[in-house]
Order: sequence, then C-alpha cells, then structure tokens
Amino acid sequence: MLVAILALTALSVAFGLGLGYASVRFKVEGDPLVDQIDKVLPQTQCGQCGFPGCRPYATAIAGGEADINQCPPGGEDGIQKLAELLGVEAKPLNPDNGVAKAVPTVALIDENICIGCTKCIQACPVDAILGAAQQMHTVIVSECTGCELCLEPCPVDCISMQPVAQTPRTWVWPLPDAAPAPSPRAAEASSAA
Amino acid sequence: MSLMTRLFGFRGGLHLDYRKEMSTGTPIQIAPVPPQLILPLSQHAGNPAKPRVKVGDRVLRGQTIADADGFVSLPVHAGTSGIVSAIEPRPIPHASGLSAPCIVIDADGKDEALATPEWEPAEDINALDAQTIRDRVRRAGVSGLGGAGFPSFIKLAPGHPVETLIINGAECEPYISCDQLLMAERADEIIGGIQVILHTIRAGRCLIGIEDNKSWAIAALKAAAAADQRIEVVVVPTRYPQGGEKQLIQTLTGLEVPSRGLPLDLGLVVQNPGTARAVWRAIRHAEPLTSRVVTVTGSAVSHPQNFDARIGTPMRFLIDLAGGYTTPPDRLLMGGPMMGFALPTDTLPIVKSTNCILATAPGELRPDEDAMPCIRCGACQDACPINLLPQQMYWHARGKEYDKAQSLNLFDCIECGCCAQVCPSHIPLVQYYRHAKTEIWSEQQEKRKADAARERHEARLARIEREERAKEEARARKKALLAASQAAAKPAAATAPSPVEASASAVGNDDPVARAIAAAKAKKAAAPAADSTSDDPVARAIAAAKAKKAAATSGTAETDDPVARAIAAAKAKKAAANADAAATNTKRAKPSAADDERIAAAVAAAQARKAAKAAAAAQPQATTEADDPVARAIAAAQARKAAQSADASVPAAPQSSSATTGDADDPVARAIAAAQARKAAKAAAVASESPSAPTPATNNTADEDPVARAVAAAKAKKAAKAAAAVAPEPVPAAASETSAQTDDPVARAIAAAKARKAARAAGETPTE
Repeated sequence: MLVAILALTALSVAFGLGLGYASVRFKVEGDPLVDQIDKVLPQTQCGQCGFPGCRPYATAIAGGEADINQCPPGGEDGIQKLAELLGVEAKPLNPDNGVAKAVPTVALIDENICIGCTKCIQACPVDAILGAAQQMHTVIVSECTGCELCLEPCPVDCISMQPVAQTPRTWVWPLPDAAPAPSPRAAEASSAA
Repeated sequence: MSLMTRLFGFRGGLHLDYRKEMSTGTPIQIAPVPPQLILPLSQHAGNPAKPRVKVGDRVLRGQTIADADGFVSLPVHAGTSGIVSAIEPRPIPHASGLSAPCIVIDADGKDEALATPEWEPAEDINALDAQTIRDRVRRAGVSGLGGAGFPSFIKLAPGHPVETLIINGAECEPYISCDQLLMAERADEIIGGIQVILHTIRAGRCLIGIEDNKSWAIAALKAAAAADQRIEVVVVPTRYPQGGEKQLIQTLTGLEVPSRGLPLDLGLVVQNPGTARAVWRAIRHAEPLTSRVVTVTGSAVSHPQNFDARIGTPMRFLIDLAGGYTTPPDRLLMGGPMMGFALPTDTLPIVKSTNCILATAPGELRPDEDAMPCIRCGACQDACPINLLPQQMYWHARGKEYDKAQSLNLFDCIECGCCAQVCPSHIPLVQYYRHAKTEIWSEQQEKRKADAARERHEARLARIEREERAKEEARARKKALLAASQAAAKPAAATAPSPVEASASAVGNDDPVARAIAAAKAKKAAAPAADSTSDDPVARAIAAAKAKKAAATSGTAETDDPVARAIAAAKAKKAAANADAAATNTKRAKPSAADDERIAAAVAAAQARKAAKAAAAAQPQATTEADDPVARAIAAAQARKAAQSADASVPAAPQSSSATTGDADDPVARAIAAAQARKAAKAAAVASESPSAPTPATNNTADEDPVARAVAAAKAKKAAKAAAAVAPEPVPAAASETSAQTDDPVARAIAAAKARKAARAAGETPTE
C-alpha cells in the first residue's frame, strides 16, 4: 500500500517536473494558429472581410472575433480549408462580404487617361502598381492580386479589372463529364482507404 | 550473345492491336511547302521563344525568327522563305485547344535557304568540342522529337558521368510509324547523330532498343552500326508501353528509374532516333530543326503514310496530300490512340513534338462509352507498368483529395493509358490523373503567388512604418534644433557665453555690440522660421534639412564664433524657409496663396526626386534583365500607349507651346501635356496662342527600345530646363494663373514647379 502510494507520488512528481520544464523549454512564440490560418487565406489583401488585410482577418478568426465565411476571394474552397483547419462546420460565404469571382481578374490602367496622381499606388496593398507623380502608371500583372482596392481612389476612373486569360500552361484538364455516381459501398470503402 | 543483350522486361503492360502496317506501305514522302507555315513560339518544354522578326519581314529557310528566352528554351526557325504575315496568338495543337503566340509565314514558293548557314557545317565531328556541339544543337532548336519536347542540348550536358546512351526506337504506340520508317530509311543519319551524342556526353556505349515487330528498321540499323563497336541494336519484345523511357530502361538494363528521379541518376541518357537525326543534321549540315517525319494515318485517311514535313505545316495540308478523308473523321488525334489527345480542328499546325496525326473512322477506336461505377476488380493495378494503385488514385482524384492522390505517387504516372484500356467499367482513368496533376500544379502556382503577395504586403507595411518613424524622428530633431537655437540666442543676447561655447571657441568674437546685433537678428530669424514650420510638415522637413546643411557649412567656412555660427544657422533656416517662395512671394498679394504655392512646389520637388529615382532604378533593369516583370510591365504599358497615341493627334495645350514642345520627346512630359490639354479646355485663360504646335511625339513613340527611351527622357528633361531658361516671363505667370483658376492639385503642382523653375532660370530680374 505504502509502496504504491509512494510510487505513484514519485511518478506524478517526476511527470509534473517534466511537463513544467517542457512548457518553459519548448514554449511557442507567437500564435501558430494565426500563421496557419494566414497560410490558407488567399493573400489578396482586399479587405472584403472587414479587416485591413489577410493577417488581421486570420488573427480575428483565431481570436474568435470573425467567422470563417467572410473571404470572397478564397471562395468555398477556402472556407472548406478553414473549416478543416479549425475543426468547425463549413458554411456558405457571407453575402455581406461580397461574392466570389467566377474568373480571376487583374487591374489594368488605361495609360492615356491616367494623370499620374499616385493615388492607386498608395492604395495597392502589394505594391503592384508602378509609377511616380505625373508619370504614367502601370500594373505589374504578375504581382496583382485583383483586390480592386485601386479602383475607388482613381480620380479619373482609368483602372478596370480584366479577366486573366487562360494559357496552355495554366490550363487544367477537366474532370470527365459523365462521372458515374459512386455506389454507396464504394464511397465508404474509399473513405476508409 | 553478350551480357549486354540480356533482357529484363517490366511488369504490367498490354498487347495491343498495332495497326502500323496501315502507314508503312509507302516510303517517307517529302511533303511540299504549304502556302503558309504557322510556327508556335512554344514548341518545347520551358519558356516560349521571343520573336526577333517583325510583321512584313522577309525570312529565309533556316533563319532564326525567335530567340531562346532563358536557359530551358529554344529558338524557332523559319521553315521556308517568305514574308512574316502575322505574329499573334493562334490555336495550337494542345489538349486545351487554347491559342498561343505564333509566327505566321506566307511562303513565297522559292524555298530559298540562308546563303550561309548560321554556323559552320562540320566535316569531322571529333574535331569539335562538346561545348560547341551543345551550343549548335541549341541554336538549331533541337528538342526531343518523341513527345515531351525537352530541349536536347540540356541532355547533352549531363554534368554527371554517363555510361550508356539509349536510343528509344521501341515506338510502342499503335498506328505510329514515323520512327520505324526513319530508322529504316535514314539509318546512316541516325548512327551519325548517335556518334555525335556519344562524343559529346563521353559515353562508352549505345543501346538502340527496337521492338521485334520492326524488322526493316532492325536490319537497316544493324547494317549502319556494324562499323561502330560502341553501338548495339537490341531487339526488345513488343509490348505496350515498351517505348516509355522508364520501361525501356528497365527492359534493357534491369534498373528502375527512381521515383521523381531521372535516367541520369542511373548514368543513362535516353534519346529518340528522330532527335539523333536532328542532331546529326544540325552538326554535319548546319541545318536547324525545320522539318520532321509525321505519320498521317487512321481509317478516315485515304492513303495513310509518313511525310517529312516542314514544322508549322497545317495538318489539313498533310491529310490532303495523303488523299484526303474517306469519311468525315470520327476523332482527330495528335499522337496515338493511347496517349494522344483530341484536336478540335485539322487547321492546326504540326509542331516539333507532333509524331502522328490520327483521323479515325466511326467505330475504329473503342467508343467513349458511359463510364460505369468502379467494381474494384483490380485489373488496372495488374496492367500498370509502374506499380501504382490506379484505383486508389482514381478515388482520390474524383474526391478532389489531391494530396492523397499525390501521396500514392500520382506524379510517377506516365499516363500510358493501360489502366483505362483494361477497365471493364470504361472509366477514363487517365483523364482523372491528368486532371489531378494539372490541378495540383495550378494550386502550387496559386500558393506561390499568394506567398509572394504576402511577402510584398508585409514589405509594404514595414516600409510604411519605417517612413512614419523617419518622419517622426525628423520632427523631433527639428524641435530639438529649434529649442537649441533659441537657447543659444538668449544667452548671446545677455552677453553671457555658455561654458560649452567658451571652451569650444578658440577665436571668440569679443565685440558685444556685434553679438547683440547678431542675437537680435537671430531672434527675428527664429520667429518666422517657427511660423513657417507650424503649418506644413513638408516645408518644415526641407527647412530642417537645409538648415542643418547650412549650419554645417557655415560653421567651417564663415566664422569660428559659435554664437555667430548659431546665428548663421538660424538665418540659414529662415532663408531656406523663405527661399523657395521668395521669387513668387513678392508678387503675391495674398500670403496664403503663396504658402499654398510653396507647399505644392515642395511636394512637386519631392515627387520629382522620387520619379528620378524610379527612372534610375528602371533603366538598368530594362537594359540588363528583360524578363523582369517590372520592365516588362513598363514596356507593355508604353507599347499600349504608343499604339493609342499614334493616331490621337495630340491637341497641344496653349501653355505647352513654349516649354512643353521642347520636351515633347519625354513620355512623362507627354503625359503631363495630355493632362494639361484636358485641363486647358476648361481653363482657357492663357494669352500665348499656337494651337497645334506639332509635337514630334509620333516619331518617338515608334522608338520601342526602353533604353533609348530612357536616354531620350533624360535629354528631354535637360531640354525642358533649358527651354524654361529661355522662356519669356509670361510662361510662369500663365502657369500661376492656371493654378489659381483650376482647383486641381496636380495641375497646380505642375504649374508651381514650372513657375519656380522659370523664375530661377530668369535669374535675379523677375518682373516686379
């Protein structure tokens, strides 16, 4: 009896010390959850979620201040990924935050109308607009996230959103059209596998 | 029989109905030159080539018309002589059916070759070093002719000892016979190419793997290779997919290429016989790759046969040469029935990787039946030549669980189609794998883009914070300086030099009267300086900087007295604050307007500096790195603009007559002029009238070279300064008038900058 008590006490003390040490030694700096959420977000930095960028939104989700369905650029896929990451139910996109785009777009500046006011440059969250005061501005297409934040500040409305053209290099093979309905058993088997 | 010829074989695979005899009855026909060649810029793996010709240029056969862009890229050559009639996106033979940039040549029928080839034909290949051969193979635009289209020169520079070269003459896919006929009819050239490759990669031996159903090719190659002990023709069993690179290696050597590895990891290099021939022609005859052998076959074609056709020939042209269609084709494929893909139309050009055009009659191929559910029979798994689990991958691809499909080594799938062929439920398995692969690539690309966007966003936030901090610090410094100068002025007025000053000054000014005067002056100076700083941070910052500079110089140059130095600093500050506005200030009735003007001027100056910096940054980029997205974006924008402004006859703004005409070469000035022109329509209150001062804009817009543009811009700026110097006084006056009338801050800023410049240039005699 006494031996058992002593043994258990000794064990609990040993494990307690071990855990206490580990919590100090392996302390995680920052909030890894925010990083994980931020990685799932599309990084358009468009602010449609109501937060000034993707990271603030990620912080808000991690803090429980925002829902996972406020990111239109991420779309349903993004919501699905967030739901998986956070272990919550996926839900449809909140229409208050906007709608997902059917095709990705990038901004295009009509250089003939542009007066070189630099307002769009200041608005661009990823510095994808090139130009200087009274100089023609242009969009670096490969860096544009299509956030549309440059549209509003333009005093002469010379910026428009253009769909990104698909090229043979970006093309994705479609899934076969007539995909057979899986038999229930097969579906179970696949989920088990 | 030597040890070399011992065969190992691979697992899985199928015996198929080959139907090659359809197209092997006729020798290879040299196809005539079609009226038009369509040459896609991306016929190889890697970056598309960059056109070096313009629409309307006359080109000759063998001439380079597009240059390689980057390392993994190849040039494109004109297949015949003619006129470049278009450089534009055209539909290309690709599974997507999408368009890509192409150079279109209207043949002139002369088929004139370059008078002298772009490099020397080599009599003796052993006299050439490996680097020269690689370079010439690259310049000849030789890519793998087997299908993947990988630039061949890269395989010739293995950077790794190579033991064996394998020539893949298996050609296992049904219908296709181009390699077979090439080996039978051009065996000498293939052997020549093999010798060049062996010489280049310093390999000791070569195995030519040929399936046992190609007896002519085997005989021809054996005869041609008899003289060279290094080359051995190995007959391999006919079994699909024997012609797969990994399968042939396994059959010949018993070695398996590791997952995500290359044959090079095993000391092997595999080439197609067509590629070997192309290498031979490039080195021996200095001929770039402008033609290839293409099988035109299928039951819907009257006389199936092989053509040695110019690359860029429309498929329809070859089908017509083969007697046209017997029936409207059920399906039109590029490649074979197993791995080929359907084409939407027969007007597409053949490219370097087109080995076969297959037009099938209805019922010839297994029809696309509606797929039935998977019954988990496992037949696909038995057929798979690379030991994958097709069924599992199918489920995951269908369920869009791409990561799970990937973990089952989806990317080792060679898409041979055996699994789909044996599937009793007719499930198009390969299409699921292709979908999953391209989907994963697309996701990876998106991820890279998102990461780049995050990085740029974070960099931007950091920059903004840095600038804020710098501003904050400048403000603090300025305040401290002000306090210090006032503190210095006070004790000076009281004729009591501080101990610091006393110790620091070696030759002190002892005259108390002079000191008192100086102090009074300093006080006077401090007051307006403080005033001016209170309203505008920009002017304040400039003043602070100038004052510091002035303090530094005055201290060393003018006087040794610390008091006088402090006074001088204060004076300098005052001067700095007022100097900018001085010329205009005197003319202004309302001081607030003058202030406005000064702020605008300061802003304009800061912006000009920024612009100069940006221009300086852009210029070297444009010269050194043309594929920089920034440079590209600028070039694209300029081109767009040039195209548009070419027809828009710039309605010269009235005020641009004197100053702006001089710097009309400058795109910046042009942009400003355009803005001014619009503004001027509203504020037409300027005296000088020369409505349509013809600007040399059109000349300059034609100049597309970014460097030349940058130089022109720099020159124009200089010219603008000079122009402003000789400009009569009305110009600044007019400008300031405009600024008073329009409430647009940009126009005001421009006007202010001009006014200041002109005033400065006009010297110390402004018309009061």
